[in-house]
Amino acid sequence: MIKINNLQARVEDKEILKGINLEINPGEIHAIMGPNGSGKSTLSSVIAGREDYEVTGGSIDFEGEDLMDLDPEERAHKGIFLSFQYPVEIPGVTVSNFIKTAINESRKGRGEEPMEAREMLAKMREKTALLEMDKSYLSRSLNEGFSGGEKKRNEIFQMAMLEPKLAILDETDSGLDIDALRIVAGGVNKLRTADNAVVVITHYQRLLDYIKPDFVHVLFNGRIVKSGGPELAHELEEKGYDWIKAENA
Amino acid sequence: MTDLAQDLLSSFVVAEPQLNGSRNLGVVHLRKEALDRFEAQGFPTTRDEEWKYTNLKPVLKHDYRILLKGDDAVSFADIKSYLLSDLDTYKLVFINGKYSSWLSDSTHQEFDVCTFAAALNKYPDIISEYLGKGAPKGETFVDLNTAFADDGAFIRVKANQTVDKPIEILYLTTNENGPAFSQVRNLIIAEQNAEVQLLERHQNIGDQPSFTNFVSEVFAARDARVSYYKVQNDSDEATLVDNTHVVQKEQSNVHVGTYTFGGKLVRNNLHFYSGGEHAESHMDGITIIGDGQTVDHHTLVDHQEPNCYSRELYKGIYLGKSHGIFNGKVMVRQKAQKTNAFQQNDNILLSDKAKVDTKPQLEIFADDVRCSHGCTIGQLDHNALFYLRSRGIPKREAEGLMTYAFAADALEYVKIPQLEKRLNHVIAEKLGINLEFAL
Repeated sequence: MIKINNLQARVEDKEILKGINLEINPGEIHAIMGPNGSGKSTLSSVIAGREDYEVTGGSIDFEGEDLMDLDPEERAHKGIFLSFQYPVEIPGVTVSNFIKTAINESRKGRGEEPMEAREMLAKMREKTALLEMDKSYLSRSLNEGFSGGEKKRNEIFQMAMLEPKLAILDETDSGLDIDALRIVAGGVNKLRTADNAVVVITHYQRLLDYIKPDFVHVLFNGRIVKSGGPELAHELEEKGYDWIKAENA
Repeated sequence: MTDLAQDLLSSFVVAEPQLNGSRNLGVVHLRKEALDRFEAQGFPTTRDEEWKYTNLKPVLKHDYRILLKGDDAVSFADIKSYLLSDLDTYKLVFINGKYSSWLSDSTHQEFDVCTFAAALNKYPDIISEYLGKGAPKGETFVDLNTAFADDGAFIRVKANQTVDKPIEILYLTTNENGPAFSQVRNLIIAEQNAEVQLLERHQNIGDQPSFTNFVSEVFAARDARVSYYKVQNDSDEATLVDNTHVVQKEQSNVHVGTYTFGGKLVRNNLHFYSGGEHAESHMDGITIIGDGQTVDHHTLVDHQEPNCYSRELYKGIYLGKSHGIFNGKVMVRQKAQKTNAFQQNDNILLSDKAKVDTKPQLEIFADDVRCSHGCTIGQLDHNALFYLRSRGIPKREAEGLMTYAFAADALEYVKIPQLEKRLNHVIAEKLGINLEFAL
């Protein structure tokens, strides 16, 4: 589905990604772990097309197409979704107005007709129920006055509505209590199919107890320095990141 | 002296004996004195500090008709779109400054929702108690209006009464006979613990230039609550100078919302005189204008007594070659300890040709107060734009949505859901975005 080849990126003069290689196939869950400042959020932002980062080398191929020249919205139309670590508050725009706009703009971008109002409503009901959200969420201003947990749940709600092929969850577990974590992870698991893939970016093993990865990668100093199965996450949990740092010093 | 000022002075001689209330000696006196002050001062120029950024010259040069006639040809269909159709309201409709009884829905039952003309004759005592007591003498547009105005809205709500539905005040100019200069006047009195909601609009429905010099005096007695919404979405031929003066007593709560989307030139002089402890003064506004339009908000909150609160939030969005001015003055007098005053003016320029002049002015003579003020002129938040785009919303639409959200923030205090919905629609339309709004 996505092939990242020797990806290098910087912000202003600072090199952050120094040659990332990663391949993800449909149906897979990948976890990317690593200490603070290793480049995890940069990698997710670059895949989603954030313009603050300058890609200085390498390529990202998504379903046979080069992503580099595409705007963030065009990448979204192709099925890439990024759940933000810090979702932005947009006072005055309700969750339902926002998601309707997002869905119909995405459909327009793909040359499809807008979704019927009735279908939209039914889908919103279904997905709020999936994430154990009260219907009143829909008429609240987007993320305004939401608790940390509500914001993250709202991110997964949007993912559920947009049905991306590749979902990147950037530190979705931060700021969540155990109940919220269970609900959010449960939502992600229920949205899994053989055709979509999930990248979970996290600092801790905790979330991976709920969303079980097929592959775990350790990102350090702008490179993937180790890859393995789920057992790698447990090893990191036990030993911390110091041994990784020592190995790559 | 400008030609227009000369015309006004000579017209006064003809007009004065025919004005409503001309048998009331107090009123006659008030008018003559006001005219004398206007004659001495004339119209302001950009050399006047208060008019530094707003040049009236281009709009004063038209050959305005001064003594206007009503227009019987206007039907309800012509004015319907300027009213809130999905809400039952009292209505006061004026055409070229003359009251139109067939388009209006007034009352004298428990409270007065009627005309200033009627009140001049019917309530001479109330007129002499209130007229000219809110709007200060010496302000040239106020003086000019005092000399000529003989009709407008008169609203009096007696103690402990609540007006059962909002009052819509619509001032229309048809000006089929050429450019029109109209002067209308409101007198709004909310007695102790009374409550009233007002919606006001000036509209030029002709194709000739119009100039409206408007004065509104609002008196809120102890515990009175007044919500006053001004929708300014006039034609490109229209100039409005709105002089609204609010006099507040103890524990009264007055909100004036000013929503400006049109007009060639709009100048709002909005003054609050906070003259009783624990009074609350709220003013907020949204301005969205484009090519060739100027909007100038001049506000004053005069804190005269202790323990009062004022809140001021003005948002401006400027497209094309437009010009916005915000001058917000907060005065805290020596006696007004424990004043809590908040003022914020935020602007977004969406074009290289748009221009904003913003000036907060604080004059504080008390030592135990909390006053904050701020103004920003900027572009949209980068991070938020990326967030929207990452959800598939194209850049242009994302900018529209963000701009909408920026503006709609100032609608929080609108208490009439139908009005809020209508304003939301106008804002979305002005910004070219497609949103749905439920009541």
